[in-house]
Amino acid sequence: MEKGIVIQGVGLTYSSAAGSFEALRDIHLSIEPGEFICLLGPSGCGKTTLLNTIAGFLEPTAGSVVMDGKRITGPGPDRGVVFQQYAVFPWLTVKENVQFGLRLAANRCSSEEIDRISEHFIDLVNLRDFKDAYPKQLSGGMKQRVAIARSYAVNPQVLLMDEPFGALDAQTRHFMQESLLQILEKERKTVVFVTHGVEEAAFLSTRVVIMAARPGRIREVIPIDVPYPRDAATKTSPEFIRIRAGIEKVVREEFQKLRSSEGI
Amino acid sequence: MAGANPGIEGRFKRKQRRERIERRVYFVASFALLMLIWEACRAVGLINPKLFPSIAAVAQSCVAQLRDGSLQQHMYASFLRVLVSFSIGIVLAVIFGFLIGWFRVVRLLADPGINFFRALPPIALIPLMIIFFGIGETSKIIVLSYASFFPALVVIYQALVSLDPIYVRAARTLGATNMEMFRKIILPQLVPHIITACRVSLGVCWATLVAAELIAAQRGIGAMMVEAQNFFQMPPLVLGIILIGIISLVMDAIVRLIETKATQWQEKMSN
Ligand SMILES: Nc1ncnc2c1ncn2[C@@H]1O[C@H](COP(=O)(O)OP(=O)(O)OP(=O)(O)O)[C@@H](O)[C@H]1O
Ligand SMILES: [Mg+2]
Repeated sequence: MEKGIVIQGVGLTYSSAAGSFEALRDIHLSIEPGEFICLLGPSGCGKTTLLNTIAGFLEPTAGSVVMDGKRITGPGPDRGVVFQQYAVFPWLTVKENVQFGLRLAANRCSSEEIDRISEHFIDLVNLRDFKDAYPKQLSGGMKQRVAIARSYAVNPQVLLMDEPFGALDAQTRHFMQESLLQILEKERKTVVFVTHGVEEAAFLSTRVVIMAARPGRIREVIPIDVPYPRDAATKTSPEFIRIRAGIEKVVREEFQKLRSSEGI
Repeated sequence: MAGANPGIEGRFKRKQRRERIERRVYFVASFALLMLIWEACRAVGLINPKLFPSIAAVAQSCVAQLRDGSLQQHMYASFLRVLVSFSIGIVLAVIFGFLIGWFRVVRLLADPGINFFRALPPIALIPLMIIFFGIGETSKIIVLSYASFFPALVVIYQALVSLDPIYVRAARTLGATNMEMFRKIILPQLVPHIITACRVSLGVCWATLVAAELIAAQRGIGAMMVEAQNFFQMPPLVLGIILIGIISLVMDAIVRLIETKATQWQEKMSN
């Protein structure tokens, strides 16, 4: 049995009464356990769609997604998701949101564990002063941090994160990037991470997957041969800057292609 | 929240209090104005004073009926009917609302029927129910339950099918079972809608009550009014009208109070 996530010839066509749209075509990607994959590409190229097939929310119309030898047929607690739209439960406070997963029968946590773990992650995302606030009282970036803490708290084997740091200010984003890497050093996890930030992708991942649009497909896979642990200093090393420039070039090309194909 | 400025908070509280007092003053003024118009119409002769009693006469009749206990009995009878029927209607509406919202087959099967029955005024059932069950309590309870059932059913099942699926997805990835999904994700989102359903149903139920009591009842506010009509006693008749209005106002205020408590988390368009 092959460990990890294997995406075999995945295609996905959305169809509705209005017509059909080919969002993904012939995606092949093998993700080893413990890998950190970043998906990069122009808006609308199918990053969220691909993430949703791994999460099990969408069934591919061609090919299959296999995890640890088993075909993925639906969502499960082994794959934690941070949604692009946050999906923080509006009827629960910040603390109750973070504790939500821990209180489910599946996670079998004692009440001391629930308190300890939730406090740890509420502190990590710096929301201690807001732990009794409802989501309507929070800014977009604060909601995003609640969503991150909620998914970290249940400690899933795989983390699927859709632009999780997109709404954060630069300082908080750097802090969240570094703390994510620190968490991964302690607990080996597989991460698939969608971002628009080239630097973010290069800094976090073992491989960057650059996608092209219409139909969504993989344009290039770039390995990041910079050893972990990485920290703020990594971003200024010549090696890192060279890799980053290489990714930047491909991303810009894809963007230009999309614009000219759309006739803008 | 942490670090809020006490000065600003105090000013906000004062402003809220001022607005509350303002609202109360206008509330009283509004009814005072209505009473003024009432008496003025009689004084000017716009309505025949013989056909429409004075405020004092209505108040007198109210006190007299309170003294001999008949008013309490009428109100108790009406309340009991509404309470029992409303409870039956809401409980059934919640159960059926879930079945219809959850199972596609039930939805497809029930949808045309629902649209037929919700368009049918409850009063239209009264003659049939009287033939089936006689003029006793049963026929009234059935008509009133029916009256509160359909509006609530429609509110609940439409709320259920328009829930955002993203929360269900999020809960699945955190490991929720079907039962946990129902208790912790679906139900909390439905609470505000169930309360709205209660409000609508209570209104319809109360409105139908008088019609049901007008036809055949010994006790109840509607019965009191029919009796007054038969003996051409205007004060109790008008008293009945006023009571019905006041009671529905009070009931609505109570439900609204529960609503604000239960839906603190919701984002409101306005207050
Ligand atoms: N439910 C849907 N029905 C039809 N088309 C859809 C649906 N969801 C997405 N699409 C289309 O599929 C394409 C890919 O969408 P997707 O959300 O995966 O893009 P994305 O790469 O995540 O974009 P962004 O960076 O803006 O989040 C888009 O062109 C979109 O129009
Ligand atoms: Mg997306």
